[in-house]
Amino acid sequence: MSHQSSASRSARRFGVLLAASALVLTACSTPSAPGSDSDDPAATGDSTGVTDTTVTIGTHTPLTGPAAAGYSSISAAATAYFEYINEEGGVHGREIEYIVKDDGYNPANTQTVVRELVQQDEVFAIVNGLGTATHQSVLEFLNQNKVPDLFVASGSTSWNQPDKYPFTFGFNADYVVEGAALAQYAADELPGTSVCMLGQDDDFGDDFLTGLETALGADGVAHVERYSVSNQDVTAQIGALQAAGCEVVTLATINGFTALAIGTAAQLGWFPQWMASSSGADYPTLQGYLGDAAPQLLQGFIGTNYSPMGDDDWVTLFREINDEYNDGAPFDGNTIYGMSVAYTFAEALAAAGEDPTRESLLEAITSGDLQGNGIAPLAFAPDNHAAYLTVGITSVDQGVQDYIGTTYEVRGGAVTAVEPAPVALTGNGIPG
Amino acid sequence: MKRVFPRLTGTRRVLVFAGILTLLAIGGTFLLDPFRNFQLATAAAYLCAVGGLTLLIGLSGQLSLGHAALMAAGGYGYALTSNALTDAGVDGVVRFAVALVAGVVAASLLGLLLGLAGARLRGPYLAGLTLALVIALPAFTSVFSAVFRGDQGVQTAYSPVPEFLNRLIALEQWQAWVAIGVASVTTTALVLVRRGVGGLRMRAVRDDETAARVNGVAVRRVKVTAFTVSAAAAGAGGAVLCFVTQSVSPGGYTLAFSLLLLVAAVIGGLGSIGGAALGAVIIVVLPWLLNVLAGALELPTELEQRLSGNLSVLVFGVLLIIVMLVRPTGLAGSWGVRRRTKSTHTSADAELGFTASADRMPGSDQAPNRQSPASTTGTTSNPSKQFLAQER
Repeated sequence: MSHQSSASRSARRFGVLLAASALVLTACSTPSAPGSDSDDPAATGDSTGVTDTTVTIGTHTPLTGPAAAGYSSISAAATAYFEYINEEGGVHGREIEYIVKDDGYNPANTQTVVRELVQQDEVFAIVNGLGTATHQSVLEFLNQNKVPDLFVASGSTSWNQPDKYPFTFGFNADYVVEGAALAQYAADELPGTSVCMLGQDDDFGDDFLTGLETALGADGVAHVERYSVSNQDVTAQIGALQAAGCEVVTLATINGFTALAIGTAAQLGWFPQWMASSSGADYPTLQGYLGDAAPQLLQGFIGTNYSPMGDDDWVTLFREINDEYNDGAPFDGNTIYGMSVAYTFAEALAAAGEDPTRESLLEAITSGDLQGNGIAPLAFAPDNHAAYLTVGITSVDQGVQDYIGTTYEVRGGAVTAVEPAPVALTGNGIPG
Repeated sequence: MKRVFPRLTGTRRVLVFAGILTLLAIGGTFLLDPFRNFQLATAAAYLCAVGGLTLLIGLSGQLSLGHAALMAAGGYGYALTSNALTDAGVDGVVRFAVALVAGVVAASLLGLLLGLAGARLRGPYLAGLTLALVIALPAFTSVFSAVFRGDQGVQTAYSPVPEFLNRLIALEQWQAWVAIGVASVTTTALVLVRRGVGGLRMRAVRDDETAARVNGVAVRRVKVTAFTVSAAAAGAGGAVLCFVTQSVSPGGYTLAFSLLLLVAAVIGGLGSIGGAALGAVIIVVLPWLLNVLAGALELPTELEQRLSGNLSVLVFGVLLIIVMLVRPTGLAGSWGVRRRTKSTHTSADAELGFTASADRMPGSDQAPNRQSPASTTGTTSNPSKQFLAQER
């Protein structure tokens, strides 16, 4: 037994040695927790990612994988807009560096790339992280680390919880707002019709249904069908909606499934009035899916939106920037969306002052002074982290999608028709 | 490894070495920044699953393509229990421990079911069954979306650094500690199973079922046990991953991820826990390294977009082919093979678990003429007989 005890003694000595060296290391190399700088009384704020000449921000977005086809152009458009701003002198003399990381629409990847952005690249803020499931997986992390989590590219109501997630702000009009606006439009313009819903089997569908019921009452929706993104066949759902005698079908669908639903119904010889949320109502994208049949199938197709559209100064500017800084990539709703996000961030950064900190950035956003470039001024406030509570109704006519002038505001569970108040383009789209 | 503390033997030796390695790993976290510690924690979580997989394939000869689903079972078990406990007002160590156990139990039960089916199936059929499991995962979570919340998955509250360590270490470091602790317990248990009677029986079943049965080994029970143990290890990995990232969703446990775990086990060396550790680190670090490289090359945006995410898949494929050609027993395995030529078969096999037992890899049964380096060094024509002789 003696040899064993001597062995374990030497092991113990080894362990003590290890523990001692660990303690020594602690003193010199323990990484300070992000955000712990605020312990320092001399510090006036957290300016991680800001230098004299640059502001570095980052995003996670699908550049590969199943969602890349619909969404990879958003970050490219935003990058082009930032390049335009940088070329014109930047914001308060600082260039904006936008680091785009691919997460393949997979939450596991999102967690890795967002940690990399925050801890390795030390970004000032995460801007326009894309996807509900993906972004939800880093929501807790970003708020723990006090990283501004701006303008999430998803309409989930999760982003609008100022008490729980004070650092997170949405960009899309949330799905409750869009659902309520579409249902109100159906009630106003097509009274007495039977309104149904086809929705994604997640928060998107849940929130949208909440919105429909906000406008139509708890039993105002005649029939509800759900689909899962992993199953590319909605024949059963469309058949059930047809059998239920639906006249208006509202869609809480992404673009691919909007096209799938409309195409499937057409094959069954069924042509109800379609109404879709902005996430699945982009005409150029739908045209890509439906091909030559698009103008016919989508005639009179109703949607919601809040970004500039049609014949507008913003759109003209965006087209020029797209040609010059984005190699003339196809110009669609995603392009407008990406550039609008970029403009909104630049506006917030300009409002955050000469020497922006994370604190002053959040203050600028919640102050309520930000305008944005949408159909109505941004709705950010201390108790509201949703960008748009006002959406306009769009329609497709002869292959052209534009606002029809009907606009709804959804606040505190009430839907009211309001006059659209689009924010005019000033200063060539360079804020500050 | 044998030269260190040569007179320390048996289980005690395994435990002492496990303790030393764990302390080294925990000491190592002080040298890493938060992101690297996160990667370390992820690798530790993967190690649990890869270790279980390597035991299953390398020792009992059963192939699983569904270990991602077993990890997911561990993750969901952890998340749902943790949330229930949070609602009940429980937190801290108790919440973690109970949720971890729940995750392991959930995965074990699923593994038991798979094992029961697996004992009646062979090779490709078992692989097909486990493949179906991992492919069905997203559909399953969306059918029962009231519980599993569909594609969005389940989020949990995070566990902060304990009060007394708060000034000393960062959150990521704490998470790495917990992950290392769980991985250490899991792999030690796997090593003990491997070098014990159970491991011997598994090897016997892998090498020749009929011979094993003739010698009184309950073949089915051994196979089911191997599957359950392997699933439990994967479940622990899934639970730890959920602890580190505060979320579990079907998107994180795809078929691609399952295959990645398999790649880790094969590259590291089938049957070897050391190889599993190497493999787990490789599958964490390599994709990140490739992305950094691709980013540093200043490629045109479009090409970079195309490479991003896809490049690592390509490199893993190439790496797998190279490893199989150059070192068929895996990166860690080759050391064991070399040593085996010097020492006797049995003493090398009884090593801590840092040697390969890949002398008969699954699928090689039908190709006795394909000489792998390991099989040329074998001393007997039928090793299982030798094992069984020992066992009695």
